[in-house]
Parts: sequence; C-alpha cells; structure tokens
Amino acid sequence: MDAGKFIAIIISTVFINNFILSKFLGLCPFIGVSKETKPAVSMGLAVTFVTTMSSLITWLVYRWLLFPFGITYLRTISFILVIASFVQLVEMVIRKLFPHLYRAFGIYLPLITVNCAVLGVAVLNSQDFFVNGQPVAGSFWLSLAQGFFAGIGYLLAMLLMSGIRERLELQDAPRCLSGVPLAFIVASLMSLAFMGFSGFKF
Amino acid sequence: MKRLIKEFTKGIIIENPTFGLVLGLCPTLAVSTSVKNAIGMGLAATFVLVCSNVIISSVRKVIPSQIRIPCFIVIIATFVTIVEMLMKAYFPALNASLGIFVSLIVVNCIVLGRAEAFACKRPVLPSFFDGLGMGTGFTLALVIIASIREVLGAGKFLGFHLIKGFEPVGVMVLAPGALLTLGLLIGLVNCWHIRKKTNKEIKKAGCDGCR
Repeated sequence: MDAGKFIAIIISTVFINNFILSKFLGLCPFIGVSKETKPAVSMGLAVTFVTTMSSLITWLVYRWLLFPFGITYLRTISFILVIASFVQLVEMVIRKLFPHLYRAFGIYLPLITVNCAVLGVAVLNSQDFFVNGQPVAGSFWLSLAQGFFAGIGYLLAMLLMSGIRERLELQDAPRCLSGVPLAFIVASLMSLAFMGFSGFKF
Repeated sequence: MKRLIKEFTKGIIIENPTFGLVLGLCPTLAVSTSVKNAIGMGLAATFVLVCSNVIISSVRKVIPSQIRIPCFIVIIATFVTIVEMLMKAYFPALNASLGIFVSLIVVNCIVLGRAEAFACKRPVLPSFFDGLGMGTGFTLALVIIASIREVLGAGKFLGFHLIKGFEPVGVMVLAPGALLTLGLLIGLVNCWHIRKKTNKEIKKAGCDGCR
C-alpha cells in the first residue's frame, strides 16, 4: 500500500470521474433534490455514509462469501440485497439513537436504496480491486477510500448544483425550459467545467 | 383487446418513461454515446421489464405488502443476472461497452416503478403489455438521444460515416453533451405540451377569451 495510490483515487473519484457529472450515477436525486441547499447537503451526507459502509460490507461479501463458493455471478443480487437491508438497518438505528439526524435525513435515507451510485460503487470496487479473483494489495482500504470519496464527490456536485439552482429560481427563464430542462443544461455546463480536471493524469 | 393496445401505446408517447416521467436517467445518459449501445441497452431493459412485470403480477396475491419492495428487487435482480450472463456469453463487445450499466438495470427506477405502480395491482396480460410498451418507449428515447449524440459527436450513424469533411463536435459524445441533449429535448417536449394546452384554452374561450 502506498500513499500515491490513495491520492490518485481521491482526486480521480472526487474531480476527474465525479460520480454524477462524468459517470452519470445517481442522477435522479441529483435533479430531484437539488432545488435547495439544505436538503441537497443532507442527501449528499447520507449518500456518503451509505456508500462508505456499503463498500465495506460488499467487499467482505465478495471476498469471503462469493469467491470461496464460486458464485460470483450472484454479485448483482447479493449486493442489492445487502445494500437494501443495510439501509433499512441504518434507518432503524438512526431513528432510535439520533432522532435529530433522522429528521435531517428525512425521506432521503430510504430513497438511497435505489440510488445507482451506491450499487455502482460496490460493482466498481469488485471490478477495480480484484484481479482474477484475487484482491490486489490493499484492496480493502482502496475500496473503502473509493466508497468514501465517491460520496464526497457526490456531496460536492449536489452543493454546487443546489447553489446555482437557488439563484436560478429568481431568474426569468423561458417557460418551457424552466425547472428540469434548465437543471440539465446547468449540469451540462458544470460537467464541462469538471472536464478541465481530466488534465491531472496519474 | 383495445385496452391492451392502449396499455402498450401509452408507454411509448404519453407516459414515455424518459421524456414524460423523467425516470431512469442514469443509463439513458451513460449508454447513449452510440445508437448500437442504445439499442442493446433498450432491449436488455425491455426484457427485464416484461419478465419482471409478468412474474410480479402473477405472484402479486402471495407477496405480503410490507415486504413487497425487497421481493420485487429480488425478482428484478434475477432477470438482470440472466441478461448479464447472456450478454457476457453472446455479445461480449456490447457487454464491454455498456460496462456496469447492465448490472445497474436493477436500480433503474422505470423497472421498480412499473412493478410498484402497475404490475402489483393488475392481472398478467395487461402487465405484459405495459412492460412491453414502457420498454419500447425507453428504447425509442434512448435511440433518439443516441442518434443526436452520435451524428453530432462522431459524424456517424450506427457506425457508418455520414457527411464527408464534417468535423465532429467531440464534446457531444462526452458527459456534457449527454446532459445538454436531454435538457433540450425535455424542453422541446414541454414546449409542445404548453402549446397544446394554450391552443385548447383559446379554443375553449373562443373570441371572448381575448377581451
């Protein structure tokens, strides 16, 4: 394990291959929840938490359950089940122990189950950090880092987008473009700006 | 029979999953870089939609409503796995270019949305046609977006060069082009809806409406 690899993963998942703006994962909540800053940030934080924890759990499932029994073709089913039940569990725990946080997350927590960013991270981890069935060096920590920083990248894009859309509310836009279409055009410009980061090559 | 045809056609135009309901955006944008990918993805999603709709509507009376979502997800994930394995075996090139988005059909909101909104309440045959219609609508939307992007971004259609000496706008096949194309297309659809609505209002009010 070396630090360079980690830094490469951090910069690449947050900026170069931002999950929303260049990989198109988790777009529905990105368009749906980004009208105001506060819910957008709660959603981003919830996603970060779930992607991190689910990369941890799915790594363990993949390494110690699917490989030893030779059933890696069940990857999709097992991952989505693990993620769905994990989200349910987190919801129950948070509601019981931290009612404040529960109110802040609101309905966004259950919605995360069908957020493709979460399953996307799990699938990408199992593709990137396993070679021919064997985990690469430091694979566990690399998956964890990819999960966490994918969430941070998500949070960043949500924050920027909601800031822009809050201002757009006050502008006089053509009737047929206001709302969702304009959000897509703004996202397109943002993604164009994020393409500038692809100059950092590792 | 007429009702079945109606279930089929509503998914294509009025309730088109992409332009009308704005569902299932991630795969729509990610795989619409070329028409070939779009058709492959559309057919895969249609297969999953039809099969999961049929199975879910046939077992709808057995599933307790509290745990219906996990049950739906398991059924959908099974068909996605079938598609994944078939594609890996018979179309390895397509599988490579679609990447992780084949497994991500599981979390495609269209599939789960139809299961929840339609298949778990209706008999098998309407559910079959609903799935087929929604799948066709999704494929059609994908192909429209992909043809715009492929023609502008690569100067090709289905891999054939179209115009000689045309300098392709490379950004259209990249991420920003996808978002821009979809934004403008949804804007266009909205424009059409608004125009239809105002025309109706004018007709209803007659000449008095202008006074």
